[in-house]
Amino acid sequence: MTKSNILIEVINIKKSFGSLHTLEDISLKLEKNQFVSILGPSGCGKSTLFDIISGLELPDSGKILINGKNYNGKTGRVSYMHQKDLMFPWNNVINNVCLPMFIKGENRKKSYIKAKKYFPDFGLKGFENNYPNQLSGGMRQRAALLRTYLFANDIMLLDEPFGNLDAITRRKMQLWLLGIWDRMNASVLFVTHDIDEAIFLSDKIYLLSRRPAVVREIFNMDIERPRDNKTLTSMKFNKLKEKIITLL
Amino acid sequence: MKKNIKNKFYPIIFFTALLLIWEGISRLKVFPPFILPSPSSILVSLVTNFTSMQHHVLITLYEAIIGFIIAILLSLTMAIAMDSIIGFKKTLYPILIISQTIPIIIIAPLFIIWFGYGYTPKIVIVTLICFFPITISLMQGLATVDKELIDLLKSMGSNKIQIYKFVKMPSSMPSFFSGLKIAATYSIMGATIGEWVGGKNGLGVYMIRAKQSFATDRVFAAIIIITVLSILLLKIIEFAEKKYMPWLKFSKET
Repeated sequence: MTKSNILIEVINIKKSFGSLHTLEDISLKLEKNQFVSILGPSGCGKSTLFDIISGLELPDSGKILINGKNYNGKTGRVSYMHQKDLMFPWNNVINNVCLPMFIKGENRKKSYIKAKKYFPDFGLKGFENNYPNQLSGGMRQRAALLRTYLFANDIMLLDEPFGNLDAITRRKMQLWLLGIWDRMNASVLFVTHDIDEAIFLSDKIYLLSRRPAVVREIFNMDIERPRDNKTLTSMKFNKLKEKIITLL
Repeated sequence: MKKNIKNKFYPIIFFTALLLIWEGISRLKVFPPFILPSPSSILVSLVTNFTSMQHHVLITLYEAIIGFIIAILLSLTMAIAMDSIIGFKKTLYPILIISQTIPIIIIAPLFIIWFGYGYTPKIVIVTLICFFPITISLMQGLATVDKELIDLLKSMGSNKIQIYKFVKMPSSMPSFFSGLKIAATYSIMGATIGEWVGGKNGLGVYMIRAKQSFATDRVFAAIIIITVLSILLLKIIEFAEKKYMPWLKFSKET
């Protein structure tokens, strides 16, 4: 593997908030076109890790390298999607989705044209002028994901994007995400505490410990793609799940 | 819609009953007309004197609207300045509160001394009265913006101005508008107070003259006009609110 394949390198990140030791020592790597999950118990600092990678927070020590360059405390390089959809209620869907392009100062009309191309794939066609409160939870998440994708489509940080959805919608969204991820050409760092979700979606899983968090184990998934509903009941899937459950 | 009619039903019945009782008392001549004119005579006086009042109405309206607009501009600047610069807020906020404890009717004569008998002192009074509710509600709105929305924009690398443009301002519009509604109803009253204290034209002056000639019916007629104008301004603000924030219709709270 050549070094240029590594997009994000997180090196020995440490972070505490006052007396609360959140991240003890986290190192991880994201390669091009990889789907990497960070799995850990609730409250172990996964979201803090994302805040640091996205540049919103500074680590106490350690480094964030993106394409080999130091990105500690620098925002605006990777796109970051939160657990809440964070749709702006006063903007209609198209304006919500185009927000990252407006921030970059891009032309309004051109942004609309660019965004509209993706509406069918994201299941939002026909809802361009609706307001977020008129949409279902799944649609709001897809809109939020499209906004994330339109901001920076090479590296996306997804923080439990389906955490607020019901189980059935969540399963549908996971299948849909795998479907479009193939075409999106994106590299994804994905935070979840749902084991099934992590195994189903990822190429690699970093298993974090309780707070203060360290990387306990790294799993490389060798489950072939494309994956579908059958994957969830396959031998490989269940073996991995068993391993992870015993570790958690 | 049905609920709306029902809600209006009670106040209308009550108000009509009140007017009828008032009319009855006046007809029975319990008080002389210059103490308590009957509602019907007030209405007659409103109609017959309307042409002579028109000129005063327009002047009051002019002062109120100019003062209101200045108050809006001032509030926007002040609230944004206090929101973005902590030192500004710490310095100005207490002064702002104290300024509101001074009765406007006491300082109004001072403005006459300083600014003369023209439009200026009235506009200043309207601005002073309207400025406070707008500023306070806008500041409240700016301070309670969802922090996660701001973080999201920051993670996209947006600057301070963009944060105001895309999150802080739109998010605080509902509370800004509630401040505007309060201020709008105050604005006509403010102008009238200014005129009452000293002036040549306007509804306040008209009322003083009517009072001095014991034409109480004309005082009441002016009061009706003030009420109608205030409600009219309020309705205009409400219309603008709906127009400007169509998304409120779909908010889950309602």
